[in-house]
Amino acid sequence: MKWLRFILPLLLLLPMTAKAEDGEFEVSEVIFEHIGDSYEWHFFNIGEKSVALHLPVIVRSKTSGWHCFSSSRLEHGAEHEGFIISPQSGKVVELIDGEQVRPFDISITKNVLALMMSSLLLAVLVLLSARWYRRHDVQKEAPQGIAALMEPLVMMVHDMARENIGEDYRKYSPYLCTAFFFILLNNFLGIVPFFPGGANLTGNIAVTMVLALCTFLTVNLFGTKHYYKDIFWPDVPAFLKPIMPVIEVFSALVKPISLTIRLFANMLAGHILILSLVCIIFIMYKFGPVLFGSMTVISVLFGLFMDLLECLVAFIQAYVFTMLSSIYIGLSRERGE
Amino acid sequence: MNLVTPDGGLLFWMTLIFLLLFFILAKFGFPIITGMVDKRNRHIDESLRLASEAEERMQNLAREQAELLEKTRAEQTGILREAARTRENIISQAKSEAAAQAAKMLEKAKTEIAAEKESALRDIRKEVAMIAVDVAEKVLRDKLSTQEAQSGYVGRLVDEYTQKHRS
Repeated sequence: MKWLRFILPLLLLLPMTAKAEDGEFEVSEVIFEHIGDSYEWHFFNIGEKSVALHLPVIVRSKTSGWHCFSSSRLEHGAEHEGFIISPQSGKVVELIDGEQVRPFDISITKNVLALMMSSLLLAVLVLLSARWYRRHDVQKEAPQGIAALMEPLVMMVHDMARENIGEDYRKYSPYLCTAFFFILLNNFLGIVPFFPGGANLTGNIAVTMVLALCTFLTVNLFGTKHYYKDIFWPDVPAFLKPIMPVIEVFSALVKPISLTIRLFANMLAGHILILSLVCIIFIMYKFGPVLFGSMTVISVLFGLFMDLLECLVAFIQAYVFTMLSSIYIGLSRERGE
Repeated sequence: MNLVTPDGGLLFWMTLIFLLLFFILAKFGFPIITGMVDKRNRHIDESLRLASEAEERMQNLAREQAELLEKTRAEQTGILREAARTRENIISQAKSEAAAQAAKMLEKAKTEIAAEKESALRDIRKEVAMIAVDVAEKVLRDKLSTQEAQSGYVGRLVDEYTQKHRS
């Protein structure tokens, strides 16, 4: 298995090889292609031919209603049913009188497909282990297989919920578990450089924003009277009473933003770092064989190191997000003395 | 910039899929796992409690046993000591009794011997007296074999008698 780790970063290079041969290697373009979203899932190039999975574009135009077609029709700037992929933003836009108008776009993009697959995978993993528990007597058997894999992690989150939330932690434990496993699985899949993985899902601000909003809503919808009293009428000297609610509301709003940015930025930075290290190889190509060879060795070593570090970060970020969520929920559940 | 502006389509799908995932897993997934593990933890706690209780009971039992053994041993030594003392008593009593008996027998023997001696002495004395009388008779018969001796003797006796009565 060890050699696999060395090959993984190299596999990541496959899509770039064709470009490197052209002699024009755009680092930022390569990196943004990998960390961004797209309407197709590009695997690799064979010669000039690119092998990619074309995903369905689903858009609703204000003038002509719903449209659904394969993204292969929009390849290389082609126009289909009045839509093109904007060269500036990379999104599908509608051309109305020469103007680019953004339609309501719920296309199954690369990230959406990755999201669907990883969610399905997660559901299968959890439901299979739940099935093990339903079919076996836990008082007589130790969990095996998938259940043994999931149990320590589930119980880690469950115990975290109990410590941070208190009494009615059981109500919140499933949400925290879902969030934890969702982030963890997608973080790991993000590190895998080829097909089922490779989508930069947890490094996408839309995804982390939804997760953080879920935490925000959980915190504020189920907040106790005491929690709201602390925000709007805290026990502070009279002259602070008008200022405190402003600060408290601000802090309540900043919490989900910090959750969003923390996860997003950490994962994105990791991806960019690994991609940059890999790109060094292609930049060095034109500086002669000695420099190219030595830098290749160095960047593979660094890439390996970063990959291992990212495995750690993948877990830490999932853990941190879940722990902070549970702490925020715990704060909103306080009942006073 | 592109990276920090959330994309509407992804937001839509993410919300939909994540909530769906959450409802499925919260209903059929995690509570079953955590519930079963909690159940197992309670079972383990209960078993541990029972085990420690059993151990405690065992220890109590062992202690009781040891106490009983100790008590029995003490009783045994007590009984042995008692027996020894009784034996000593019996022996000393027997000794003293034997001594008393011996003394009594000695005494009895002594008195018997004394009585025998007395009776023997008495017999001897009687014998001696008889012999003396016989001798005296024979002497008298011999002395008074003649008439004159006899009348002389009677006269002397009468004299003696009268002298005795006069005085």
